[in-house]
Amino acid sequence: MRRTRWFPFLLVASLTAVLCFLTLPVVAIFVDTGPLDLLSSLGEEGALEALRLSLFCSAVAVAVIVLFGTPAAYLLATRRFRGRAMLVTLIELPLVLPPAVAGIGLLAALGPNGVLGGIVEDAGIQLVLTTAGVILALTFVAAPFFLRQAQSAFEALDRTWLDASRTLGASEARTFAAVAIPTAGPGLVSGLALAWGRALGEFGATLMFAGSFRGITQTAPLAIYERFSTDFTGALALSAVLVAVSAALLLSVKLLSGQAWVGGGAGAAR
Amino acid sequence: MRVLRVEIATQLGALSLEVALEVQAGSCLALAGPSGAGKTSVLRVVAGLVRPDWGLVSCREEVWLDTARWIDMAPEQRRCGYLFQEYALFPHLSARQNVAYPLRALARGERHRRALELLDRFGVAHLADVRPRTLSGGERQRVALARALARRPDAILLDEPLSALDARTRASASREITAVLRETGVPALLVTHDFSEAALLGNRIGVIDDGRVIQQGTAAELAASPASAFIADFTGAVVLTGNARPGQDGLTHVSLDGGGVVTSTQPGDGRVAVSVYPWEIIIEPNGRPHPGSAQNHLEVEITSVTAVGNRIRVGLAAPQPFTAEISDHAAHQLDLAPGTRAVATWKAAATRLLSR
Repeated sequence: MRRTRWFPFLLVASLTAVLCFLTLPVVAIFVDTGPLDLLSSLGEEGALEALRLSLFCSAVAVAVIVLFGTPAAYLLATRRFRGRAMLVTLIELPLVLPPAVAGIGLLAALGPNGVLGGIVEDAGIQLVLTTAGVILALTFVAAPFFLRQAQSAFEALDRTWLDASRTLGASEARTFAAVAIPTAGPGLVSGLALAWGRALGEFGATLMFAGSFRGITQTAPLAIYERFSTDFTGALALSAVLVAVSAALLLSVKLLSGQAWVGGGAGAAR
Repeated sequence: MRVLRVEIATQLGALSLEVALEVQAGSCLALAGPSGAGKTSVLRVVAGLVRPDWGLVSCREEVWLDTARWIDMAPEQRRCGYLFQEYALFPHLSARQNVAYPLRALARGERHRRALELLDRFGVAHLADVRPRTLSGGERQRVALARALARRPDAILLDEPLSALDARTRASASREITAVLRETGVPALLVTHDFSEAALLGNRIGVIDDGRVIQQGTAAELAASPASAFIADFTGAVVLTGNARPGQDGLTHVSLDGGGVVTSTQPGDGRVAVSVYPWEIIIEPNGRPHPGSAQNHLEVEITSVTAVGNRIRVGLAAPQPFTAEISDHAAHQLDLAPGTRAVATWKAAATRLLSR
């Protein structure tokens, strides 16, 4: 009697369906865009500018997120206190917020008539319709991606490593810097890559909060949208460039970290 | 006097921990008990990783913790060498970097030299550049020991130092640890769930159960006069339960639960636990006269026959289960097999009674 092997087939079929569905639009972008279109779209003044702005703003946003997010995630992962679950939920809220709502929220908080608008203005900081506003919007929507990943990376650490570090004469700060960060490295980097990816693709909140001005607030996704109505080929070409740049960026981040942590990631991967 | 004093009274989750210990310089106190008894918590309090509700920890003349006086030194300021159960080597550092980690006060070259020296002391200098995950259990322990000793600790804390090792490595590891304890001459506190590990490494043993140290003494003292049935059981003796009544002959007779009567030279009345060492029990063929001096002859059924080294552990049902240990040779002569019936014989003087 033959054994029915339907279940492995089901698994393979599901994966095939998922893969086709998810890669088809990406593949289509490249298929529809000829190499010449790619080059000519890059030659356009606005396109390069938008791409440069996207990279700059997302890089600054990610730097801010990592700088503040890493210690914050460490605190959430290593301490138990009342209201902690509530705090985690609050921090994760932007994940489920529609980007347009995030933009409105930022306006309501930091806009000229916003809750903190007066303070921001008195400090002489222009946020709305400026590059700084773009960075703020990107930081807001991308931060939870890093925080979540960093928190679970720190939670997955073997606590005895941290305890051992203390008994070996290291302060808590040194334990954080010399043991927790390197051993949680792979998790932190994947959080960074996620946040960066989210920041590069950000559209709604940026549009609402910072607007779409060429060279000042028009990031690549906004530039694509602007072209979409008048120049579909140009939009397609810029999309292809954005996909390629994002993919290259994320891949290189992962590769770099993979090399730095060879042999060290065992614990964090658990 | 380099003495480690520990007093703790605290609630830790569901466990209420109440212990008072003192360890002399160069001596090792082994806290032995079942898991969940609070053994590791004692070490964590001493190291400063847990703060008890009430506690006092001092080492030499230095007070590490005194909750009454609001003294609580940070873990990094207490000089204790803590050997963690799974060794807790940092996975992202090589063996040498692990050992150099606590030596931050030294200059770079000196730190390097001293780390290698320590690795060499434990015979693992050739593994200096290897990451922990490619090391064997025994090698990891040596690196962890070298690291724990790097700061020249004033006290040594050992958490189940042998339990993560296979049988062959255990012997050499226990020699290593004994040598370290002798060399450093500082007080050492060891915790283990294994009485033989405690007997092997500890000068004294404290049996801990449910957050309390119920008896302290040398291994021989604990085995010879266990304070409770739990300790008798824990130290490896056979424990049977029954009802004791004093006899006319000055001996105590115990009717065992489930059947059978045994005699003891120790006094007892009412519910008792009878404890006998497995190696004091003689196994004889069924239906023969008993001409010897032994008073106890219990009809038993053999339930299992297992070789343990050069001895045979024989599982018996009287019908209460217990075990006897006999030599390979004797087992062969008797032709023991599960299911056969025999007589278990031992002296009334080897029968200890513990009131329950």
